[in-house]
Amino acid sequence: MHSKRLLFALFLQLFYSIFSSSFAQATGSAEGYPISGRVKIPSLGTKEFGLPGKVSNVKVILNGGQRVTFLRPDGYFSFHNVTAGTHLIEVAAIGYFFSPVRVDVSARNPGKIHAALTENRRGLSEFVLEPLREEVYYEIREPFSIMSIVKSPMGLMMGFMLLVVFVMPKLMENMDPEEMRRAQEEMRNQGVPSLASFLPGASSSSS
Amino acid sequence: MAMAIRDFLVLLLFLLCAHFSFSLYEDQVGLMDWHQQYIGKVKHAVFHTQKTGRKRVLVSTEENVLASLDLRHGEIFWRHALGTNDVIDGLDIALGKYVITLSSDGSILRAWNLPDGQMVWESFLPGSKASKSILNVPKNLKTDRDDLILVFGNGCLHAVSSIDGETLWKKDFAGESIDVQHLILSPHDDIIYVAGFSGSSEFFVYQFRAKNGDLLKHNDAALPCGTSGELLSVSNDMLVILDDIRSKIVTINIGNGDINHNQKYISELIEDSSGQPAILPSKLPGMFALNLDSHIILLKLTNEGELAVVDKINSVAAISDALSISEGRHAFAFVQHGDNKVHLYVKDVNANDLNGDFLKENIVIDDQRGFIEKIFINNYVRTDRSYGFRALMVMEDHSLVLVQQGETVWSREDGLAAVVDVTASELPVEKEGVSVAKVEQNLFEWLKGHMLKLKGTLMIASPEDIAAIQAMRLRSSEKSKMTRDHNGFRKLLIVLTRAGKIFALHTGDGHVVWSVLLRNLRKSEACEHPVGINIYQWQVPHHHALDENPSVLVVGRCGSNLTASAVISFIDAYTGMELNAWNLPHTIAQVIQLPYTDSKEQRLHLIIDADKKAHLHPRTPEAIEILRHGFSNVYWYSVEVDNGIIRGHALKSNCIGEVVDEYCFVFRDLWSVVFPSESEKIIATVTRKSNEVVHTQAKVMADQDVMYKYISSNLLFVANVAPKARGEIGTATPEEAWLVVYIIDTVTGRILHRMTHQGCQGPVHAVFSENWVVYHYFNLRAHRYEMSVVEVYDQSRADNKDVWKLILGKHNLTSPVSSYSRPEVIAKSQSYFFTHSVKAMEVTSTVKGITSQQLLIGTIGDQVLALDKRYLDPRRTVNPSQAEKEEGIIPLTDSLPIISQSYITHSLKVEGLRRIITVPAKLESTSLVFAYGVDLFFTRIAPSRTYDSLTEDFNYALLLITIVALVAAIFVTWVLSERKELQDKWR
Repeated sequence: MHSKRLLFALFLQLFYSIFSSSFAQATGSAEGYPISGRVKIPSLGTKEFGLPGKVSNVKVILNGGQRVTFLRPDGYFSFHNVTAGTHLIEVAAIGYFFSPVRVDVSARNPGKIHAALTENRRGLSEFVLEPLREEVYYEIREPFSIMSIVKSPMGLMMGFMLLVVFVMPKLMENMDPEEMRRAQEEMRNQGVPSLASFLPGASSSSS
Repeated sequence: MAMAIRDFLVLLLFLLCAHFSFSLYEDQVGLMDWHQQYIGKVKHAVFHTQKTGRKRVLVSTEENVLASLDLRHGEIFWRHALGTNDVIDGLDIALGKYVITLSSDGSILRAWNLPDGQMVWESFLPGSKASKSILNVPKNLKTDRDDLILVFGNGCLHAVSSIDGETLWKKDFAGESIDVQHLILSPHDDIIYVAGFSGSSEFFVYQFRAKNGDLLKHNDAALPCGTSGELLSVSNDMLVILDDIRSKIVTINIGNGDINHNQKYISELIEDSSGQPAILPSKLPGMFALNLDSHIILLKLTNEGELAVVDKINSVAAISDALSISEGRHAFAFVQHGDNKVHLYVKDVNANDLNGDFLKENIVIDDQRGFIEKIFINNYVRTDRSYGFRALMVMEDHSLVLVQQGETVWSREDGLAAVVDVTASELPVEKEGVSVAKVEQNLFEWLKGHMLKLKGTLMIASPEDIAAIQAMRLRSSEKSKMTRDHNGFRKLLIVLTRAGKIFALHTGDGHVVWSVLLRNLRKSEACEHPVGINIYQWQVPHHHALDENPSVLVVGRCGSNLTASAVISFIDAYTGMELNAWNLPHTIAQVIQLPYTDSKEQRLHLIIDADKKAHLHPRTPEAIEILRHGFSNVYWYSVEVDNGIIRGHALKSNCIGEVVDEYCFVFRDLWSVVFPSESEKIIATVTRKSNEVVHTQAKVMADQDVMYKYISSNLLFVANVAPKARGEIGTATPEEAWLVVYIIDTVTGRILHRMTHQGCQGPVHAVFSENWVVYHYFNLRAHRYEMSVVEVYDQSRADNKDVWKLILGKHNLTSPVSSYSRPEVIAKSQSYFFTHSVKAMEVTSTVKGITSQQLLIGTIGDQVLALDKRYLDPRRTVNPSQAEKEEGIIPLTDSLPIISQSYITHSLKVEGLRRIITVPAKLESTSLVFAYGVDLFFTRIAPSRTYDSLTEDFNYALLLITIVALVAAIFVTWVLSERKELQDKWR
């Protein structure tokens, strides 16, 4: 796995050195090099790539907070004076999930930059960052359905009651009348209180 | 049968847990959470009121926030928090539509769109030498193309176009050993003067043509004496500075291309001139202010270089810059503190004497805001064409107050942007006979509300109804009541801020219940730079002493270094009254909360000073008696980060000294762990929360096996990195980086677990709870963040599974848990990738520890993510068996999932997030979460859902209807059965 990635990186290096379509300009500064790129956020509603209204709240963060920069109206950002080495760039934007980006600033070919998304290990030929997905922070309320009422505790109670009211008599009917009578007698002997005796005024009416 | 029941239970459990994440519907926002936005202590303020429409003030703050505030109400139009290293040095408005900021020691210049805060351009101004950074946005300096912005930073002068931020020309001063102090623009002939010193007495002036940066002239002159302090420009060609012994004022005239200097003794100007004079940096045309022994002396500088005292004002708190109100007229303001009132004066600079006031107002400002530190003024034209002024004042407690027409228009509690520490306190118990009548009175309202809710559930509510429902839910007076509730959701958050002010915030809606500026955390002669460090619960009455109010202990020190002496205060948590305050004679290194309380439920605290002495508080004989009982059981540890040593301590005896102090103890070192300094550096240490409750020690595995958690409150997690990899990401290669983690017993110093992560580095964020640690670090090989979990199990109890042994009592479960028994432990560990950088990490805590836990992760995007602990379980495997699945083990994945519904901050940002704290509610399922940074955010979460109470949106109306329907059905069926029985009898 590791060697595979190495090979891939080598291949990319080769690719860049041949076509030299490197996207970073080498301004031979003594201390460091600039990293510039672009953040593209698909505007809501329309399919085409544009910039939504809230681009001003997007932050681009280098190495976990070492430096923070903001986007220009066209989505471009840049870090200046970054030392050669491997860095990490993160994009913080509410509503979108961005993969962190591994950025290799080459010391040998001054200013040459190679970027790859760390989430899916995809190399970037152009330093354009796009959200991997939109984030939905809220649960969607399910529309009203009869099932939700039925599934609720109250619904279950009702259901059970209906079951008792309509199905139980059917079951009783199937019972042997002899056995039924015996059972009833037994119940009476045990003095199981009937529903009627519970109710107010029932005693007078039943007697 | 038993099998069936078990299966059913498992199914039930599964149904309950099927929903792992915390989640929220959009209409539930604000029901149990609140969010407050702050900016911090204002450093610069620029008003923008010229145009009709929105009047605003732009501010930059000590929290590195740039914000645009509504001048009418003080609300935030927009706001940006810059990086922590990106300190804003200059702020101005260019072209009437861009806000210009200079930050990072004069190397980054940014322009922001004034209406919406969108960054328009950013330019990097390279330079090689650290120097003072100066931003100068001339009002009407035009080159061929566009308006110029002049920036001096890092030893270079840059002229930057204000339209696109391009550098038009640049002059490098790095080669010369000079210290540039001022940029002065001559308004008429487009010449820039750069003035400064070389050494302390060699003064020089460079003149440049603004259009193209041509050097016109270069002058220097040796002043007859050295200088001290800052150079101040009084007019376009006059500068003033004090000499090196602060006895003379040196005036320098750079007009006509020559340098003429003059000096005058301060004693010649002012008779009583004792004390250290200092020139105040307020820019007043033709004038300057001298601070002398708490007086302010205003001095006028005539064109001939003559100095004249204009006025002498006593006890001035702050003085503003001059404000141009019309052609050639300038005003400035100063404030004085009177008794209970603040006197604001606005005066005309150009008047010969300062008797002609534009304005003199007396304003009442809450004295808990302290002194006024800064004042910015702005004018407006009244309807009768006279000038009106408004003043923006920055107070000692970092709050911001706008004053107009003698009254406070608005104020912002921006001290809350710099919270240092938080603790929670209970509210008073509800008195009887208060609320019953209220409920009955509102019964109809209550029913109506629930009918509305029912309508909402059945989707037959009109939009107005929905709005009414939402308003009703948000406005619920129940949640902001000032009494304790049954569920323990209502509490007070006692917050200590950097300004030394304590706020009590109500957890219901976040309003400030009381606030107090601590007397001994205010600047005084005895204590020059006091800083608050921590806040502890001092007295929590619950069993006895119930008539006492709870109180908190605030610990601070006079200065930021360890050698400064300590200050402590005790504050009543109900009223905010300062009960007691002491300036302690000793220093403070550590505060240890002992597990003992006295008869008044005051917790015993040990304050450890830098001289290896422990001081006991409260200072009562009873406390000593209590401590004597547990004398040999007091252990603590200290971490010396620089030397890489961790030491364990125990109390030894009373202090020996000339003065007998029975509250003072000396201690001895029990053990020490010394890390090899050439290969390891301590970067993080974490312990368990002292008040954490663990419900069960045993953990039943899927195969009916039992594992015992190793639970000791004396465990310490230490993370060390290779010295080369101490810096940020990108400074070390994977080969030279490693992370070593330890779990150490702090009583014996025994290392229970040690593990090395090769190719990994910090920053490390960790939480320790029960028997596990979760830590977050960076893996350089994969170039991703990782999180690891370590769980420690007690092997010595592992053979307690035998039921017969348990019955016969041959088990060791009742044997005391002691660190000295050296039980055999095993540690299990697993690692996962995690996408984001982390700013803070915490774990939920509940009152009895039964509810499963969630990790709360503050991500780099200033959001808080709740992640179920079950994702960090060393027993996760790629293919869990059926039994393991039933137990709730999630199949192993290489990275931890980020489910967007489980962000507890939902679509909000806790700007500049620094820390998260959790407080258990009384309801077992629920944990209160408070996250703070520049913003504050509070919510309550139920990691396993609220299994022990009905949810907020439970429909009582539906329940009532069901009950009514059931009763009706009973009656109907009864009547029917009666009738049927009667018919049967007749037959």
